[in-house]
Amino acid sequence: MSERRLADLLAMWRIRAFEEKVRDLRAEGPIVGSVHLCIGQEAVPIGACDVLEPHDALFATYRGHGWALARGVPPQPLFAELTGRASGVNGGRGGSAYFTAAEHGFHGENSIVGAGAPIACGAALAGRFDGSGRAAVSVFGDGAMNQGAVHEAMNFAAALSLPVVFVCENNRYSELTPIADMVRTPRLAGRAAAYGMPGHRVDGNDAEAVRFHMRDALEVAREGGGPTLLECVTERLAGHYIGDAETYRQPGELERIRRREPIARLREGLLADGVPAADVDAVERRARAEMDSAAAAALDAPFADPATAREHLYA
Amino acid sequence: MPDRELTYGEAVNAALHRLMEELPETLVYGEDVGVPGGVFGVTRGLRKRYGDRVFDTPISESAILGSAVGAAMMGRRPIVEIMWADFSLVALDQIVNQAANVRYVSGGRLSAPLTIRTQQGGAPGACAQHSQCLEALFLHVPGLRVCMPSTPQDAYDLLVTAVHGDDPTLVIENRTLYAGAKERVRTGGPVAPMGGARTRRTGSDVTIVTWGAMTHRALEAAGTLADQGMHAEVVETPWLNPFDTGAVLESLRRTGRLAVVHEANLTGGFGAEVVARVAGAGVPLLAPPLRIGTPDVRMPAAPTLAQALVPGAGRIADEVRALVRQEAPR
Repeated sequence: MSERRLADLLAMWRIRAFEEKVRDLRAEGPIVGSVHLCIGQEAVPIGACDVLEPHDALFATYRGHGWALARGVPPQPLFAELTGRASGVNGGRGGSAYFTAAEHGFHGENSIVGAGAPIACGAALAGRFDGSGRAAVSVFGDGAMNQGAVHEAMNFAAALSLPVVFVCENNRYSELTPIADMVRTPRLAGRAAAYGMPGHRVDGNDAEAVRFHMRDALEVAREGGGPTLLECVTERLAGHYIGDAETYRQPGELERIRRREPIARLREGLLADGVPAADVDAVERRARAEMDSAAAAALDAPFADPATAREHLYA
Repeated sequence: MPDRELTYGEAVNAALHRLMEELPETLVYGEDVGVPGGVFGVTRGLRKRYGDRVFDTPISESAILGSAVGAAMMGRRPIVEIMWADFSLVALDQIVNQAANVRYVSGGRLSAPLTIRTQQGGAPGACAQHSQCLEALFLHVPGLRVCMPSTPQDAYDLLVTAVHGDDPTLVIENRTLYAGAKERVRTGGPVAPMGGARTRRTGSDVTIVTWGAMTHRALEAAGTLADQGMHAEVVETPWLNPFDTGAVLESLRRTGRLAVVHEANLTGGFGAEVVARVAGAGVPLLAPPLRIGTPDVRMPAAPTLAQALVPGAGRIADEVRALVRQEAPR
C-alpha cells in the first residue's frame, strides 16, 4: 500500500516540479505568453490516469500540463513545446494550452472553456465502431459547467450511452471568480441526475479517492452503461495564470489550502505510516532532477524553423 | 454504375450511399437525418440500409460538430448535417476553434477529416435566421475547405471528394435546388481532386464569376444578354477553398471585364476577395470590376421585400450590361 502511495507521491512531484520549472522559465524569459499552472491539483490527473488504458482518449484543458505528464508524455518535448522549439511535442504550433500527444492517449489540451467535452463524445463514439473498447475522458474546470457545450455534451453522451467520463476539476474558481457566486447550487455533481447519469463528488486532493471513482466510472462506461460525472474538489495553489495578482483570495486562504494540498497530505500520511523521511524526500529530489535536465535539454534544441510556419494546415 | 437521372437532392443521397458503401469509417448523423431521413429527405433510406452508422441526434449543434471532430480525430469520417447554415453559428467554436486547428496545432500529428453538410440561402417565405449566405465566414478561416455545388452532378461529385479528403470540409448545398429538375448524373466515377472551376457558358465580352444557386441566375442573365448581342462567359467556382484563381484570370485575359455574383451580402463577401485577387494579379481590365450581391441588409420574410434584395437574373443582366457598355478607362 505504501509503495503505491510513494509512487503517487513521485508522480505528483513530477507534475509539481514540472510546473515550478515552467514558472521559473516564464519569469526568466524562455517561455512567453499565457500559462496556466495546476499546482495543488496534481492528485486528480494522477489518480484518474492510473486506471486508463493506453487506447483511451483523454481531452484536457489549458490547465493540462499535469494531465499530459500523467498520461505518460515525456517532459522534454513538453518543455520544448513551451519554449518554441522544433522538438516540441507539436513542433511549436501548440504551446502551453494545446499539448497534444495522441500516441500517449492524450488528445489534447484546449483553451476554449468546455470545448473538449463534445470532442470527447466523438472519440467515444468512434470506439463504438472501431472495436477498440475505448473510453473517453473529458476534463474541465468548474467554470466549464456553465458552458453550453458541456451541457450539450453531457446530454449527448447520456442519450447515446457513450463511454465518457466527465471529470470536473472544481478548484473553486472560475478563472478569477468564485464558482459559488456563479451557480445557485454549488454541488456540481448533482447536475448529473438531470442527465440521467451517475454523479459523484470526490476528494480531488486524494489520488486514491479519484482512482477509486474513476475505475468505477470506466467500468460502467465500458459495459455500455454510459457516462459519469466526477466532480473532483481540489484547489489551485497558483493563480489562474502566471501573473494573476489573485486579489480575489481571502486573507489566510492560501495557508489553509496549503495544509490540505495533496502532496503535503500524502507526505504526512507516509511519514505517519512509518516510511522513512529520507525515502519520502528522495522522491522530490528525483522529480526535480528529472525536470531540470529535461528543461535544459529542451533549451539546448533549435527553435522551430520559421520556414515551416505554413506547414500542416491542410492534408 | 450507369448514369442515373437524379435531382440535386437525390444526387446528394446517391453520394451518401456510395460513401457509406466504399468507406466503412463513414458515419452520417445530425438532427432528424436518421429515421425521418432529413427535413429535406436527402438522407432518406440510409438508416435502413446502414443501421447504427446513421443516427439522429439531440438539437445540439455543438455536440454534433464537436463529436464529429473527436470521431474524426480517432479515424472515423463523420458526415454531419447542420440543417441550416444559420444554425452553425450556434456552434461556430467547434468549426473555427476546433476542427480547423486540429492538424496545424498538433503539428500534423492529428487530423479531423469530417464533412459538414449544410444548406443556405433565400427561398420564398424564408426568414432572417433561415436564409443567410455564410460562406465568407468559413472562407476567412484557414484550415477549412468549402464548396457550394449547384448541379446534381456537382452535388454528387463534390460530396464524394469532400468525404474522401482529409481536411474538415463544408459542403454548402441549397434547398431551392434539392427538388429541381432531374439530370443525368454519373454516379460511380473516380474521386475527383478538390478544387477547379466550371466554364458554364463561353463568351468574350465579360466574365461572370459565380457559385451556388446564383449560377443558375447568372446563366439566365447571360442568356438574356446574348439575345442582345452581348456575350458573357460564366465561370462557376463550386470550390471556394481551394479557389481556382487561375481559371478566373484566364477568362479575364480574354474578356477584360469582371462581374462577381453571389447571394451573400456584399461587405466582406467572397466577391471582394475575388476582385482583390484579380487586382493583385494585374490583369488589365476595360472597366472597373463589379460585385453583385445582396445589399447589406437583414433578410426580410415578405417575398416582395426579399426579392427586392437578392440578385435576380434581371438585375444581374442589367448590371452586367451597364458594365460592358462602360467606356474603357483612359
